[in-house]
Amino acid sequence: MEHLLELQNIVVRFALRFGDLTAVDDVSFTLDRGDRMGLVGESGAGKSVTGFSIIGLISRPGYIASGRILFEGTDLAHLNEEALRNIRGNRISMIFQDPMMTLNPVLTIGTQMTETLQAHMDITDEEAAAMAVDRLRMVHIPSPEKRLNQYPHEFSGGMRQRIVIAIALLMDPALIIADEPTTALDVTIQAEILDLLLELCATGKTGLILITHDLAVVSQVTDKITVMYAGRIVEMGSTDTIIHDPRHPYTQGLINALPGSRHTGSRLNQIPGMMPNLLTIPPGCSFHPRCPFMMDICTKQAPRLKYYKEHERQISCFLMENQNKGSI
Amino acid sequence: MFAFTIRRIAQGILVMLIISFLCFTIQHAIGDPVRDIVGISVSAAEREALREKMGLNDPFLSQYIRFLGKAVRGDVGMSFFFKKPALEVILFKAPATLELVFVSSVIIIFISIPLGIYCAINPKHILSRIIMGMSIVGVSIPVFLTAIMLIYIFSVELHWLPSYGRGELVNIGGWKSGLFTISGIRHLILPSIALSSIMLPLFIRLIRSQMMEILETEYIKFAWAKGLHKRRIWFIHAFKNTLLPVITVGGVQLGTMIAFTILTETVFQWQGLGFLFIEAVERADTTLLVAYLMVVGVIFVVVNTIVDLIYGLVNPTVRIQGTR
Repeated sequence: MEHLLELQNIVVRFALRFGDLTAVDDVSFTLDRGDRMGLVGESGAGKSVTGFSIIGLISRPGYIASGRILFEGTDLAHLNEEALRNIRGNRISMIFQDPMMTLNPVLTIGTQMTETLQAHMDITDEEAAAMAVDRLRMVHIPSPEKRLNQYPHEFSGGMRQRIVIAIALLMDPALIIADEPTTALDVTIQAEILDLLLELCATGKTGLILITHDLAVVSQVTDKITVMYAGRIVEMGSTDTIIHDPRHPYTQGLINALPGSRHTGSRLNQIPGMMPNLLTIPPGCSFHPRCPFMMDICTKQAPRLKYYKEHERQISCFLMENQNKGSI
Repeated sequence: MFAFTIRRIAQGILVMLIISFLCFTIQHAIGDPVRDIVGISVSAAEREALREKMGLNDPFLSQYIRFLGKAVRGDVGMSFFFKKPALEVILFKAPATLELVFVSSVIIIFISIPLGIYCAINPKHILSRIIMGMSIVGVSIPVFLTAIMLIYIFSVELHWLPSYGRGELVNIGGWKSGLFTISGIRHLILPSIALSSIMLPLFIRLIRSQMMEILETEYIKFAWAKGLHKRRIWFIHAFKNTLLPVITVGGVQLGTMIAFTILTETVFQWQGLGFLFIEAVERADTTLLVAYLMVVGVIFVVVNTIVDLIYGLVNPTVRIQGTR
């Protein structure tokens, strides 16, 4: 069966004066209708760029250098601007990180909702307003009719994120890409927003890509995880298996760094060192300078992402390859 | 909005009080009302008697209060040269200047907005680079030089447009207007271009840089992600936000433009306030100078108050603060 979304060997580069920088390197994954996938990694891992590349909105001077993005059978990477515009906000919508910055301060909520509908459908203002009210009700905004005439600054952060979600839902999209949707919110509001996202994904056949650095959020909402490091996928599989039994040293580091995995009062575990910036990606496996299990080969050769049946997931690490050889 | 309006008006009155105080201080220090009335061919004893009679020997503050009381009723004194109330002289000349400033503002608005937006949307296009380069040149050339060059090209060499005066005027309820005759409009063209030559490049640059900044914001990125048409993103989402700082700067610059008319009007022999001001300086007509400063001050305050009110209409957050 055709997947909802299939990324095939996507490479995203940024054209800079002294040459091109590779921000996303050979990323492939698939997503089916109703799937909820977490795209995880530290800042700079390329997860947001991957997300934005799907709807062709990588900020300049970034561009998709190669690969295909098949969405409902169409290759978005090679689509013209007008066709892509018609998919944005319609078949694929996005939720951004900071709800305080996402809504235009000088336009009413009503305008910002109806204009989205009217960009994709030929409907009257009244019909559009009725649909907007309906979506606001779906995200539990009280007395939505009155709210349409209000400006963003008249809402709290949590309310604004609900409105952003309502806007994302307007056209009943097949895919929602949420870029750190709860990072800028209070913890209590975070939980509400996550519940809301889950509720909305469960009712429809909407696929969700949740871009985040927060593994706790991912484990609550998603059913599969893609872990990225320095532009590459290092581990990909079901949320359950990866959270309970991480195999890649980087994923292990991320999970060990969670407060829950330590006793109260002791120091949190952290992965030593920093994510390399894109200018200085180390040769071989880009994680090797921070890896506790580093071997000779890691400094020379980059591991390939392979499927390991016994672990029910794809991993890109020489440790796995060696174990495999040993077991054969 | 009501409280906001009241507060702005109160602030305006305060500013006018300060201006009037400064004006009075200047007049008190350098002016001589006795000379203004009787000239120089009167004996010192008679002058002294007149000074006493006019209250010029009273304490500074009580003189100021008397000045303020008269000024509120529109009497700032007699012009020594014209032998008429100074305010009357000013108001007689004001239409020429206001029309010049009005036409220049229209030129600035209708040229700077499209060019500024174009440069912001296509920052790397060769045309944008040319506009930006020209604007630097425009800012750097002083108004009087632009004016003289315009006269040389369009009046002296090409004989297309007149180089001085206001042309044929129409009297509309005491307001002598040059906007309704072909001759009047032909006379307006060169002075208004000269007057707008400084502000126009500034506004193009201001609009461009503001809009480029706005185009990088999250809400514009979100607007793209909503699949809106690019025209709607540029002209509604980005431009409305670009307008906020532009309106603020515009209000202040409008006042500056009235000041710049002094140069333009002198070069074009334009019978307006600026021209009058230069004449008044040469004749040491202090009462007229004070009247000019007060009138320009009033225009400045009124324009800025209106600008603030418009700003409140565009920016919803200001409206809320006003009502609280």
